[in-house]
Amino acid sequence: MDRFGVIFKKPFMLGLLLLILVALATLPLYGSLYMVILITAILMFIILTVSWVIFSGPTGYMSLASAAFFGVGIYTAAVLMPNTGQLLPLPVVVAIAGLISGCVALLVGALTLRLRGIYFAIFTFGLVELIKQALLYWEFEVTRTRGRFVVLVDNDIIFYVMLAIFVVLMLTTYFIRRSKYGLALQSIGENEEAAAHSGINVTMVKVITFGISAIFMGAAGAVIATRWTYIDPYIAFNPLFSFLPILMAIFGGMGQIYGPVIGATIFAYLEEILLTRFPYHYMLIFGLVLVAAILYLPNGLVGLIPRLVQKWRKGGSAGQHANT
Amino acid sequence: MRILEGEKVTKYFGGLAAVSKVDFHVDQGEIVGLIGPNGAGKTTLFNLISAALVPKPGVIRFKGEKISGLKPHQICRMGVARTFQEVKIFANMPVFENILLGSLFGTPTGMSSADAAREATGLLEFVELSAVRATPAKDLTLANQKRLEVARALATKPELLLLDELMAGLNPTETAQAMELVTRIRDKGITIVMIEHVMKAIMSVCDRIMVLHHGEKIAEGTPQEIATSKTVIEVYLGE
Repeated sequence: MDRFGVIFKKPFMLGLLLLILVALATLPLYGSLYMVILITAILMFIILTVSWVIFSGPTGYMSLASAAFFGVGIYTAAVLMPNTGQLLPLPVVVAIAGLISGCVALLVGALTLRLRGIYFAIFTFGLVELIKQALLYWEFEVTRTRGRFVVLVDNDIIFYVMLAIFVVLMLTTYFIRRSKYGLALQSIGENEEAAAHSGINVTMVKVITFGISAIFMGAAGAVIATRWTYIDPYIAFNPLFSFLPILMAIFGGMGQIYGPVIGATIFAYLEEILLTRFPYHYMLIFGLVLVAAILYLPNGLVGLIPRLVQKWRKGGSAGQHANT
Repeated sequence: MRILEGEKVTKYFGGLAAVSKVDFHVDQGEIVGLIGPNGAGKTTLFNLISAALVPKPGVIRFKGEKISGLKPHQICRMGVARTFQEVKIFANMPVFENILLGSLFGTPTGMSSADAAREATGLLEFVELSAVRATPAKDLTLANQKRLEVARALATKPELLLLDELMAGLNPTETAQAMELVTRIRDKGITIVMIEHVMKAIMSVCDRIMVLHHGEKIAEGTPQEIATSKTVIEVYLGE
């Protein structure tokens, strides 16, 4: 592992991170419009995936509520920024959307986090349907409209707001993982009963983390709503947005902080490439890639790195082995 | 001084009284043994004290304060720690972090991370696990996993420690080491209640023994009194 350690020394990692950040921040200056839009979409998936992992990764509670919190954000933007006249600037709307999603998550979490395993997964999935159906009823019976139009926002602004959410999310994730609450979350996943008897207020830790993860999902939803411009309950509360983050997280590997980021990036990019290059076989190829990933990469893409390094070391130090 | 008191503590599972109107008390500095056949309600009583379950009816007091109805983490922070019959460790976390969690979250006043780390290091030494500090807890032997659980419980700076079958499944050498650990914990000034089936251990370590049978307390006394008690012999061996 020494060589691995040398390569990933802290200053190196920090420099790499800065480089990526600068490249992203200046993207609209040199990238095409397509590039900006594509990376906005990728960032959105990264945000959904990483915020799902904040809660579900360490605790092992499989939340399928991502689409609900994402949709709440989308609808908040649709209400506060209709095409008939924008009421508030985008960053304010994003903040409000995040807060509303977070509050919904706190409420739902307080009610349901006593459920475990499959029951929690089913309930959270039900939440997506519940909000969707309630909104459909409201639009059908009360407002007698179908869907809403959202005001047009410049693509560069959308990109920068999404990037800002991404940066705040990564910092939050980093500090949670490093803090004692990261340890507490992990212990809940390992053995919740023992965690409670070791002095951890498991309910509070779970509910608050669930809320934090929902804030980012809602914020991402509010931004992307201005890109999609037309919103209805089926679009906003699409269950796919509950499943995709989980697939992306597993694809990338959840052991490291950058696993879900890499997973979401490659997954989203792959989807885009396949969709444009092989529009008729896209789902088929995509499915094959997924099956292969699950069969051969039990720890995700990130799990590959130590394996490759080990292989490389074995090849490189074959002579030394004779001596030991 | 009475550190722990129970008054008519009762718990029904459906129609079955797992613990039935048990009055008990534990004095400060004592080692109290809790014995009885399987299904007697010993672990249920531990669960009631540590707030995994709530007595209904009945009251439990810790240092004169009513604790029944509180949450497990509150009980822990008040100074009552426990271990489990089937070890419940954080299997994929290193040994050191298992203990660290206890001192980070479970102490009455809270601790800075530096103090918590120092405390955890001290406890690693106390239970003689310093050599496996970085090993994932699941890779330890059963005896060491049990010692780890004890260390995690001690990390919360308890005044009262509940040990649920610390010696079950250990070989004679490990049992002797576990007995020695129990006396060293008592020497720290920590009161201990222990459930145990290893009679040799119970008889030599405990100051006082309580016997449960079908959820009721049927006997209580010094090890000599219990060893010669007719009711106890009947319960264990039949007529």
